[in-house]
Amino acid sequence: MKRLLAPLSEPAVRRVVISSLTLGGAVGVFALSFGVASVSAGASVMQTCALSLFVFTGASQFSAMSVVGAGGSMAAAFGGAALLAARNFVYGLALSSSAKSMANSLPRRLFASHFVIDETTALALAQESPRLRKIAFWTTGIGLFSFWNLGTLIGALAGNAIDPQKFGLDIAFPAAFIVMLLPHLRTKLGRQAAMLGAALCLVSISFMPIGIPILIAATAVLVGLRK
Amino acid sequence: MNGQAPEHLWLMIVVLAASAYLFKMFGLIVLGSRQLPKVFDRCLGLIPAALLAALVAKDTFSIGQSLVIDARVAGFAVAAIAAWRRAPLIVVVVLAAGATALVRAI
Repeated sequence: MKRLLAPLSEPAVRRVVISSLTLGGAVGVFALSFGVASVSAGASVMQTCALSLFVFTGASQFSAMSVVGAGGSMAAAFGGAALLAARNFVYGLALSSSAKSMANSLPRRLFASHFVIDETTALALAQESPRLRKIAFWTTGIGLFSFWNLGTLIGALAGNAIDPQKFGLDIAFPAAFIVMLLPHLRTKLGRQAAMLGAALCLVSISFMPIGIPILIAATAVLVGLRK
Repeated sequence: MNGQAPEHLWLMIVVLAASAYLFKMFGLIVLGSRQLPKVFDRCLGLIPAALLAALVAKDTFSIGQSLVIDARVAGFAVAAIAAWRRAPLIVVVVLAAGATALVRAI
């Protein structure tokens, strides 16, 4: 333990660890709302916790349960969630040059893969040295995973105990989506994709099976084809 | 929101978990530092913008296959303003839920 905590005497390491844990706490609150929303969409507490433990990529989990809650098919719920998970592939690519220094054996890299998400990528890539990158990746990954799953469990248990409709909690999904969406509206392309995606979804809702409009909305990314 | 256990939800969770892991693992380990075409990168990066906006639209303005305008619009408006003013998520959700519940109660 002493050896483990020794690097904390370094200011640079301390900065990294503090920002990782702050982020973890914020994400735990997000997980609370996922837990509540997921059980009110029809999942059991166990299923809700399984999503956070094994899928472990927030937007996909929210999207899957939002489609399930609306009464969409499992295939449609999976489709939208998988598309959102595809961006983790890009994060993996971005981190791959540091993969060997973050995890020095293949089993460790296979384990590390589970933690390749928005936050770990952002914090790891913000560090200058391979050593700090490794510390940032693992403290963010493990810290966030703990907070995410603890928050999910508490949220799921709470959601089970109350009537979500009465408290207006059906708005928890769109409220969380708005918060996740905002950073993507900073670029012109992002705003175009968002406008087009929302429009395609609303136009197709009345004549397409539930959940499919989300997949149709994905074609809005083709605005990226134009330079 | 129907509240009853949907069929095959476990199967969807397992398949989704496997897919999410494979996406992460493929980028980190299998493809390594190979460079992807810029345009491919750009389109993948736009997925969250397109899908999250579509999800907001669906969750605010529809029930099943019908477009509806109800109490949730108030929650949406409050959430959008709160998020834009950089309120923390918990504040955004509580304000939005409060607005929705209030309009529903009137």
